Amino acid sequence: MNLTLFLLFPLFTALAILFAQNLKQIRSIALAGSLLQLGLAVKLLLAFNAERAAGNPAQMLFEYVQDWYAPLHLQYHIGVDGISIAMILLTSFIVVAGILVSWSMETLSKEFFFLLILLSLGAYGFFISLDIFTMFFFLEVAVIPKFLLIGIWGSGKKEYSAMKLALMLMGGSALIMVGIFGIYFSSHTTSGAHTFDILLLSKMDIPLATQKIFFPFAFIGFGIFTAIFPFHTWVPDGHASAPTAASMFLAGISMKLGGYGCLRVATFLMPGAAHEYSWLIILLATIAIIYGAFATMMQTDLKYINAYSSVSHCGFVLLGIGMLTQTSITGAVMQMVSHGLMTALFFAAIGMIYSRTHTRMVAQLGGLLKIMPFISTVFVIAGLSSLGLPGFSGFVSEMTIFMGSWQNPENMSRLATILACASIVVTAVYILRAAGKTIMGPITNSHFEHLTDASWNEKFAAVVLISGILIVGMAPFLLIDLIQPGTQIIINKLGVAIH
Amino acid sequence: MSHPIYIALIPLIPLACFLVLGLFGRKYFTNSAGIIGTLGLLTSTLISLSTAYEYFFVSGKVNGVFQKIEVAKFTWLQFSPGVSIDLGILIDPITVMMLVVVSFVSLMVHLFSLGYMKGETRFATYYAFLGLFTFSMLGLVLSSNIFQIYLFWELVGVSSFLLIGFYFEKPSAVAASKKAFIVTRFADLGFLIGILVLSFYSHTLDFGVLIERLTTAGSPYLTAINAASFLGVSGLTWGLLLVFMGGAGKSAMFPLHIWLPDAMEGPTPVSALIHAATMVVAGVFLVARLFPVFALSDPAALNVVMYTGAFSAFFAAVIACTQTDIKRVLAYSTMSQIGYMMFALGVSKYNGEDGLGYMGSMFHLFTHAFFKSLLFLGAGAVIHMVHSNEMKDMGGLRKLMPITHISFLIACLAIAGIPPFSGFFSKEEILMASFESNKLVYAVALLTSGLTAFYMFRLYYSIFWSKPADTHHGHHGEGTWSMKIPLILLAILAVVAGFVPIASWVTADGNAIHSSVPITFSILPVSLAIAGILLATRLFKTANELPQRIAIQMGGIYKAASRKFYIDEVYLFVTKKILFNLIGRPAAWFDKNIVDGFMNLLAKLTANLSELIKGFQSGKVQDYALYFFGGIAGLIIAFIYLWK
Repeated sequence: MNLTLFLLFPLFTALAILFAQNLKQIRSIALAGSLLQLGLAVKLLLAFNAERAAGNPAQMLFEYVQDWYAPLHLQYHIGVDGISIAMILLTSFIVVAGILVSWSMETLSKEFFFLLILLSLGAYGFFISLDIFTMFFFLEVAVIPKFLLIGIWGSGKKEYSAMKLALMLMGGSALIMVGIFGIYFSSHTTSGAHTFDILLLSKMDIPLATQKIFFPFAFIGFGIFTAIFPFHTWVPDGHASAPTAASMFLAGISMKLGGYGCLRVATFLMPGAAHEYSWLIILLATIAIIYGAFATMMQTDLKYINAYSSVSHCGFVLLGIGMLTQTSITGAVMQMVSHGLMTALFFAAIGMIYSRTHTRMVAQLGGLLKIMPFISTVFVIAGLSSLGLPGFSGFVSEMTIFMGSWQNPENMSRLATILACASIVVTAVYILRAAGKTIMGPITNSHFEHLTDASWNEKFAAVVLISGILIVGMAPFLLIDLIQPGTQIIINKLGVAIH
Repeated sequence: MSHPIYIALIPLIPLACFLVLGLFGRKYFTNSAGIIGTLGLLTSTLISLSTAYEYFFVSGKVNGVFQKIEVAKFTWLQFSPGVSIDLGILIDPITVMMLVVVSFVSLMVHLFSLGYMKGETRFATYYAFLGLFTFSMLGLVLSSNIFQIYLFWELVGVSSFLLIGFYFEKPSAVAASKKAFIVTRFADLGFLIGILVLSFYSHTLDFGVLIERLTTAGSPYLTAINAASFLGVSGLTWGLLLVFMGGAGKSAMFPLHIWLPDAMEGPTPVSALIHAATMVVAGVFLVARLFPVFALSDPAALNVVMYTGAFSAFFAAVIACTQTDIKRVLAYSTMSQIGYMMFALGVSKYNGEDGLGYMGSMFHLFTHAFFKSLLFLGAGAVIHMVHSNEMKDMGGLRKLMPITHISFLIACLAIAGIPPFSGFFSKEEILMASFESNKLVYAVALLTSGLTAFYMFRLYYSIFWSKPADTHHGHHGEGTWSMKIPLILLAILAVVAGFVPIASWVTADGNAIHSSVPITFSILPVSLAIAGILLATRLFKTANELPQRIAIQMGGIYKAASRKFYIDEVYLFVTKKILFNLIGRPAAWFDKNIVDGFMNLLAKLTANLSELIKGFQSGKVQDYALYFFGGIAGLIIAFIYLWK
């Protein structure tokens, strides 16, 4: 299986969009391209499982190396394990759904779809990269379109939000850059040269003192992407101003780049420092979880509600990583998948409601279940998934994190776990408040009564995301079997670091 | 010995009904949804009955002891080696009994709803939700893994949320459904942490293994969990009490009971299903499931169960005497009866004849399911007729609704504990067990049983007597046969359920209990019950001023009881004032002004700085030349002075 296809497919889709004539052609090309990506991702999963079943024990499969800039040993080195495949599948689901909900994007449609596809290209490139420099390159590819998507197609104080998002993410990138250069210059291959290669790096031991300096840069840098406290404030504004598809991409894909980077680069390559700073990660994650949940409770705008709840839910990802047990890290990866799907679904539902009622204020909405049963049901499903109802993805990922966190016997970790568990009660409060007011209750505005329910493309988008949520929620063993070998390797490395 | 896998069909059929009706019901089965759901449940009930027959009469007993049988197991979510959520089916006496109770009561409710919910626009959705609830509840009782039970526990919670909030356009129904979900979820937080504690030390989530490891004296697991202590309480006690917290939430034990009365906003048949016979006893079931651990390894935790149960039983009975909404009276009476089941477990021991309390608890669970769902369905029929929940709108209905009247009377006699109705038998066992174990609890139980008789007959007289019948002109009749048949069937069971030999079937250790309650022991409780009935007859059979006068004379106590001892207000204070105003609002403010403010400040400072220095890049060659030569001059000066 040639992984470079994950770059070529979006690339050609984006190019084809440039030659399209009108909205109809553009969106058809975009949809076809995204479906191809989805197909490719599924094929990758099957090929990967087949290889593993055939007994291929390699850490990464489908590897390919090509020198990019030899003097500095920059390489285009790609390969995947179960964790990256989970992320790639997540991305492809969200791209399909995101394109479908933007079906009637009239303004500058060519540029809009082009940027969406470009963003997905960045994400795929990031997830398949095994060279930190290439990875960083793709990370940046994924940032720029977000700025434009919000700045141009956004609503409300969009310039401010776009600028804030771009600056904070760029700040994160700067930190990451320091971190990865730190890794690079303390690496020493057999030939004496430095390297960015993750596989080579993982076999070396970077001196603990060096790790302790550069780990915070890399972890906080990637952490900003996944809304680490106190650098999460781009999330609410960014989401609130972004057009629906961009919100979905932002929460479903971009925030996952951060979590993946924290795990694959910071924790995996600097395991000693990960142990040293574990308490800090746990502390920040717990703050994000609890504080995000309480802040959500006070929000009045549906998008802000979902954005703050994202801060809280991404806190679970960081908590799982910070606990450093295999179960908790597996849970963190599951939570990334789960959060990506359900938040995208939530934003899709909010977008559908907004495009009809022209308001996102909870107080102005009411009784939508009677008017638009399909959209309301989607909203409720997203909500129930968010509050961790069994059968949906949130339950399995959160429970895995809780079980894994409890295995960390430090008193502080126990306290953090209990607080994280407590947040699911707060989650229930804000989800039910939002759903109870907007979906249930009496109809607040007589103009709403003539609104239509979801169109076919919106239904299609919702079904794609819901099926993802249900697959993870009903058959978690599929996902666990996929990612556990990957987390095992990270755990082995962490285990070595203690001794 | 074979317990074929078709047991799995018992929960799966309602699930299929949910999926079919939920996805296609609105379009294709608007009228036939009820029939589909009811037939599905009929099949489930028949399989449950055949399973019960198979278990109790054919294959459940090995050497005179009923066995725990794991029929199936499938690893669903592996956390770490040995610790996984398995989806399994565990068959033992309590499971089998619960299967029969849940599926049968659910069938009655399905049947009753055919008439009661007729003409609802969301008729198919209603049956879909009923299917989902029944599936979750049956899955819960079949669970073989403590995390599996938690999983179904949450599903039960959400389906009850959906059913309570079925009339979603009514703000009060929405509020009640939210309250029920959030309060029970708060309790489930305890359950979850309890699972974490128990599984951490026992290295398993499987009930069989867990119970074995935590009850075998001297096992390393038991030693470890007892050695771990927090705030002077052992790990085992923490674990069990936290799990019990979950049970107390679902079973509406004080102080987690506040959701139950409000939950009466749901359609009345739903209350009969959820709030009488099934979900509310889930907590009792959970304690019974872990009973060996409670009884053999941790009597301290069991004592907490006992006192919580006893207090709740009495507390709820006092409130029930003052409520005027007939469904709320029934809700508090449910809470009180479940208190009975709880403290019965609390006073019990594990082995042989000492397990009388456990047996009594299960017996009471069994009989209560029938007479309480009968009471709710009867109340439903009454509400259907008078379109009100308030006692003042009722009275004199006995002529208009003869079947409802007789069946309601039977249920009242059963709950009051009058022989030979079913409640008498189960209550006697509980009283006997508490008499032998704890005199204080016995006294409370006795007092409560007198109160129970009093408030139930207050309810009965207010609905069916009190006023002349002709106040209810123009109302339609008693309801369809689909509503009457469940009443009749449940009334029959409310009479005969006491003769089911639960004592030889459902016991803590699987051995039959042979002791019987001596007739002299029964004299006191029965005469108390009769006294309660007589008092109610004097006060409420015909409308008079006396109850009003007594209420006024009792003053503060009466008012406090009728206001439910202000527990709701306490909760409101905690949630509104503390969670929202003291935590939520400051958190949101802090985020907006401090955290984000700092980021904005940073951006502003950067912008100001660049504003400050951008004058340097004026684009004028003269300026640049000036900077250039100025720089050189500076360097030279620095050179001269610093170069030593």
